[in-house]
Amino acid sequence: MSKIIVVTSGKGGVGKTTTSAAIGTGLALRGHRTVIVDFDVGLRNLDLIMGCERRVVYDFVNVINGDATLNQALIKDKRLENLYILAASQTRDKDALTQEGVEKVLTELAEQFEYVICDSPAGIEKGAHLAMYLADAAIVVTNPEVSSVRDSDRMLGLLSSKSKRAEDGREPISEHLLLTRYSPERVARGEMLSVEDVEEILSIQMIGVIPESQAVLKASNQGVPVILDDESDAGQAYSDAVDRLLGKEVAHRFLEVQKKGFLQRMFGGKE
Amino acid sequence: MNQVNILETAPVFQLKGSMLALTILELSSSDLDSLDEQLAEKVEQAPQFFKDAPIILALDKCTIGADTLDLARLLSICRTHGLHPLALRTENPEHLSAAEQLDLAVMPPSGARERPLVIEAPVEPSVIPAKIITQPVRSGQQIYAKNTDLIIMAAVSAGAELLADGNIHVYGPLRGRALAGINGNLEARIFCQQLGAEMLSIAGQYKVAEDLRRDPLWGKATQTYLNEQQLNISAL
Repeated sequence: MSKIIVVTSGKGGVGKTTTSAAIGTGLALRGHRTVIVDFDVGLRNLDLIMGCERRVVYDFVNVINGDATLNQALIKDKRLENLYILAASQTRDKDALTQEGVEKVLTELAEQFEYVICDSPAGIEKGAHLAMYLADAAIVVTNPEVSSVRDSDRMLGLLSSKSKRAEDGREPISEHLLLTRYSPERVARGEMLSVEDVEEILSIQMIGVIPESQAVLKASNQGVPVILDDESDAGQAYSDAVDRLLGKEVAHRFLEVQKKGFLQRMFGGKE
Repeated sequence: MNQVNILETAPVFQLKGSMLALTILELSSSDLDSLDEQLAEKVEQAPQFFKDAPIILALDKCTIGADTLDLARLLSICRTHGLHPLALRTENPEHLSAAEQLDLAVMPPSGARERPLVIEAPVEPSVIPAKIITQPVRSGQQIYAKNTDLIIMAAVSAGAELLADGNIHVYGPLRGRALAGINGNLEARIFCQQLGAEMLSIAGQYKVAEDLRRDPLWGKATQTYLNEQQLNISAL
């Protein structure tokens, strides 16, 4: 029974594509056949983050319009045999997506894959709406910052009312919160919202807390999903999040201020 | 020049034939004191029926004292009880001149079918159950409880709007807007377990967070009510 997961947020720039890449890769690493679909038509970047931008021939809009079959458009990941990517079009915009077209493609993908990860664009209009419409589960990516939390709240409201599941009266989309760019030091100084603050405002369960990390920028520029950098804190945090998504109980790491020992302070630089 | 002509000849009105159902008050006697009493009784039984009801005063069936009928007093009695006489139904020439003086239309008795009117006592309005929401109300969502109270058993996020004709109860933190008694119900109240609202309003009287913030009960369990056009907040 395949599962369609949408990675969304409302706010832009909080880490949706980074998260889609990391979670999709994490699921494939654990043996599940996974495809990641880029819904950000016109501003595509999933293929850049995954490192497959040089192999894109056909895209999502081509498949909807019938210019290519799904198998011609799917790009196999070079590192993992279970992982595929469906890139978005760069030359078109969101009006090229139609509800019937998206439904047809996602249904076909659900037949071939265990997990379909939909990387949503920012905002709450057509592109974001189509990305979440057929989802079974949602990961709402949030920064511990007031405008991101407010926009995520709005997105949670839309997930429970504007999805196909809501319209058909079925069980609602299961919602998970992923807090990204978390800095325990700044929380301790009172500059940043804490995990408890965000949980209280949004009233949903946290599936993971990803610390602010230089590894993320490095990974993006290299075209390697950050979860594959298993020495970095962000990579490990994403790995924990994937385990929690699959139902395992994992304690949250990277929530406390790391106390640096004397030697680390003398000789160690910033992580 | 041409344009002005066109404007002058464009039709301003249309005459249409219609069959309207109207109530007829048939007088059988000119005893206006008794009429006053009896009308008062009837109005008490079914006030909604009589409120601003248009009627035709039928005088042609009046057998007792038709000639001594004080038309002006009859009209004033009817109006006192909320009835609007539109016209008289009569053939009596004396009535005709009186009607003209009182600027009332006259209709000849017609062979139109009439049926006896049965006025039912008004039915007790059944209880409209309160609207109960158990999921958090998210930013951008708007909930309206029509003709009843609104009960929210979860948090209300900033950017959410709650509207009710009755009271609003929030068994959780209230961070959005709450507007109670929106159809003018001055008795409506707003209850919440944690006051953090962006705006509170009862029957149009409102206060925004800027003012609410300064209240010593900000952040606590409160009830808000109207007292002489002012919003009062007291502890729960």
